[in-house]
Formats: sequence, C-alpha cells, structure tokens
Amino acid sequence: MNQEKNTAVVTVLGRDRVGIIADVSRLLADYGINIKDISQTILDDIFTMVMMVDLKDVVIEESDISEKLGELGKKLGVQITIQHTGLFNAMHTI
Amino acid sequence: MINDREIIETMQMFNDQHLDIRTITMGISLMDCAAPTVEESCNRIYDKICKYAGKLVETGELISKKYGIPIIHKRISVTPISIVASACGAKDYTPFAQVLDKAARTCGVNFIGGFSALVQKGYTNSDKVLIESIPDALAATEFVCSSVNVASTRSGINMDAVRDMGVIIKKTAEATKESGALGCAKLVVFANAPEDNPFMAGAFLGPGEPECVINVGISGPGVVKHALEGVKGKDFGTVAETIKKAAFKITRVGELVAREASERLRVPFGIIDLSLAPTPAVGDSVARLLEEFGLETCGTWGTTAALAMLNDAVKKGGIMASSYVGGLSGAFIPVSEDEGMIAAARSGSLKLEKLEAMTCVCSVGLDMIAVPGDTTAETISGIIADEMAVGTFNNKTTAVRLIPVPGKTVGDSVEFGGLLGTAPIMDVNRASCADFIHRGGRIPAPIHSMRN
Repeated sequence: MNQEKNTAVVTVLGRDRVGIIADVSRLLADYGINIKDISQTILDDIFTMVMMVDLKDVVIEESDISEKLGELGKKLGVQITIQHTGLFNAMHTI
Repeated sequence: MINDREIIETMQMFNDQHLDIRTITMGISLMDCAAPTVEESCNRIYDKICKYAGKLVETGELISKKYGIPIIHKRISVTPISIVASACGAKDYTPFAQVLDKAARTCGVNFIGGFSALVQKGYTNSDKVLIESIPDALAATEFVCSSVNVASTRSGINMDAVRDMGVIIKKTAEATKESGALGCAKLVVFANAPEDNPFMAGAFLGPGEPECVINVGISGPGVVKHALEGVKGKDFGTVAETIKKAAFKITRVGELVAREASERLRVPFGIIDLSLAPTPAVGDSVARLLEEFGLETCGTWGTTAALAMLNDAVKKGGIMASSYVGGLSGAFIPVSEDEGMIAAARSGSLKLEKLEAMTCVCSVGLDMIAVPGDTTAETISGIIADEMAVGTFNNKTTAVRLIPVPGKTVGDSVEFGGLLGTAPIMDVNRASCADFIHRGGRIPAPIHSMRN
C-alpha cells in the first residue's frame, strides 16, 4: 500500500457558489495539505471540483480529514470527499 | 495519471450505484481451543477471538475513511464448532454459541459464523450434538450463524443429514417464532461448502485454512446495472464485455481493501469473493439487474440464461483483477434481501421452482425464502435434497436457507429488518415426499467425482 505516493483526491460536488475553493483550500492549508492540481467542470448540471492533494506533511490523522471535510461540506451545502489515489489507480489502471 | 472522468465515474459508483465492500471477514482457527471441559474450551475461544479480532472493526473503519469506500460489515468466521467442541464430551453445545456471541459483541462485529458441522459423508458424535443444539443455540444468541454441509461432489449426499435438517429447521423456526423465525435466517444447509467464504450466514473457517486470514466479499449489482443501462438494445457480446469491465473495477476495490486490511492487521490475505450481493435498497438489486437484460419481470423465461451470462461475465472480469479469488463467487439471489426479487415473488412471476433452476447457474441456492409455517419437515428436507443434488451433480456450491414462518401462509410476509429484508411467503408443492426422505443412507457420489 505504500508503493504509491501519499496523495489523495478531494472532490466537491454540488451547487456552485462564491468561496467554495477558498473555504476548502483554507481547511486543507490549516492541516498542512498541499494542493498539487485543481480543476472544475459542470457534469450533468452538477458543479464538480477535483483537487489532487499531497498528504506528505499532513498534521492530523488521515482518517480525521474526511470528517473535517464532511463537516465543511455540510456547512457549504455541497458534498466533499477525500479518497486516497490508490483507489483510482487500482480501479482504472491495469 | 488519473483523469477527472475516472474520478467522477468512481464517485458516482459510490454515491448513486451503491458500490460498497460488503464484508471484511476475519477467519480465525479455533483448533487449539479444544479442551476437556466446556468452560475451559469456551474461555480459550473467547480470549483467542478477542485477541485476533479486537482491532478488526476499527481497521475497517480507517480503511473506509482513507479511500471513501463504504465497508458495510466486519465479521468473523471460525473453525466449525463440531470439531473444536468434540473433546469436551458435552451433550449440548449452546454454551459454545453463547461464547461466540459474547466475543462478537466485544469485537463489535455484526455476525460470527462457524456454529457448523461438515457431515457430507456421515456424523461424528460431536456433529450430532452440534446439529441437535442448533435450535436452542440460535434462539439464545444474536450474532451467531450456523451452517451444515450435508453433501459434496466427492462424497455424495448424506440423506440422513438432509432428513434431520428438515426437522432442525422446523425446530429453529419454532424456537425463534417471536421474531418471525429469525433463527432460520442464520442457518444454512450446504452442498460443497467453500472453506473460505466471507459471506454470512454460511461463513466458517475450514480445516485446511491458516491460523488467521482476511477474506473480503465485494458487492455491486447497482454498478453492473448502471453499466448495462448504457448498452440498451446491443447484442450479448457487448453486454458480456460491459459486465466484465464493471466487474474488474469492483474487484479491484475489493483487492485494495483486502490487501490494506491484511497489512494493517498483520494477517495474511486469503481471497476475494466475487459475488454480486444485493441489499433491500432500491438500486442494489440483482433481480433489477437481470430485468435490465430485457426481461419484464425477474422469473420470466430468459431469467436463467441472463443469470448464467451475468455470473460468468462477473467471474471473467473479476479473475483478471485479483489472483486470489475464492469463496462463493457468484451472483446471490436471496429473495428477502433483494427489492426486485421481493416484487417478482409478490407478483407471482418468481416461483420456488424457477429459483431452483436459477441456482444451477449461480451461487448460492434457495436463499432467504419464507415458506408457509405448516410446511412439513419432510417437504423441507425434499427441497434441501433437490438443491443438494443440483450442487453435488454439477460440481458447484449450493445452499438452502428456508424460513418456515409459524402461523403464516401464502399471501403474508415476514419482516426481518435491516439487510435481511422482507420475505413474502412463497407457495410450495404440497405432494408428499415423506417416503423418499425416510429411506435414509447416502446418495452415492456422481461418476464425475472420480477424477484421479
């Protein structure tokens, strides 16, 4: 499991509004998570933001990040999830 | 590099299509817990299970958070208790079920399997005690699951055990009638039971298995159904290809979780069970998936062919994704646990005989089927005998999990709640098979068992 770099994908799904990126990136910065790449698109009328993040210098337990992001998502009315990139590599590459 | 489309596709699988890992099951050998007294043996069992599985639930939750994958169950399977308890000389094994229940509660798992006996060729004294103890054991416990293997392709069918299990199922129904015969939902009769199955109620850790092992059961009928929705009207080659691709992705998720659980718990990884397991939730149904092939209702003509193809394509996609595939590995068709099956049974399109035909081409058997409370023990044994023949003579696993609900008849239904769902009472053929069942003895192994 440690063959891959310690990176994760943060996805935000929901209605677009001012400040989503700002709020999410502030939370990530607070915990020492560096954003490597960011893209956003409208898919089936749903605002979708995908961030690649580096967990190398993370300062809290990895399992707590998903809870913090979940709480923020509730506040903003969007769904925010974080998933280790190992998942996507396993599913989509041979 | 992962692209956004793949990320979004994955998100949809989890959010809208009910993709999940159905179970991480830790198999624990209890061989060294045999002791001359019940008390000593039970103490050893409790201590060993809690030592090995103490961190199972916590680890499952950590993995679930890391990857954002729902992991529905964390469970434990153990060495068949008829083997572990055989040295203690007791006449009732209910205390063993109670200690398993207590250990399950301490570890926080929602089922523990292994109150089991392997009697395909005949009974040991201990097997007899275990089987006789099943009704009380299931009535006295909450989390314990029981299974009895009565037939195998190598040994034939133990018809004494088939006869006895009809009676035991009736007694279990009676002992748990307050809860709609819930005990019967935790009791499986097998032919060719796999020793590494992670799914309940039939999980136990076979005698050929290691000290401790992690087996993972995947799910995902909703994902396959969604994939098929994209190829409406296309030919069967396209359908097969589509299922294989979806199965590959689902299995990779299972493999990832199994490897990580194995590493974190420092327990070897055993197998991935490639089974499409439904839940009563809308959108997580194998029946609806079969209907997506072009059938008006599950149970109509074409159902068996669709299921055969589905089952085969899932294996072909899954086998590419993991080198260690085992357990049951086939689509499940439990009636009460599948919203589409319930609807098809209620409408009269899906009957017991059709379900039997379907079990010829998939795992696992006549599963979670409620029958009238006045069905005789002999008729239940007859249903078991037919299902065991399907398994034994086709060299595959089959099982029977029937629930004769006291006081209920065709037209009623019984509610178990949660993943066990709701079962409409299904009609059974009432013509007697009692003389057949009371012959006793063994049905010899089929000719193709002789492969050497």
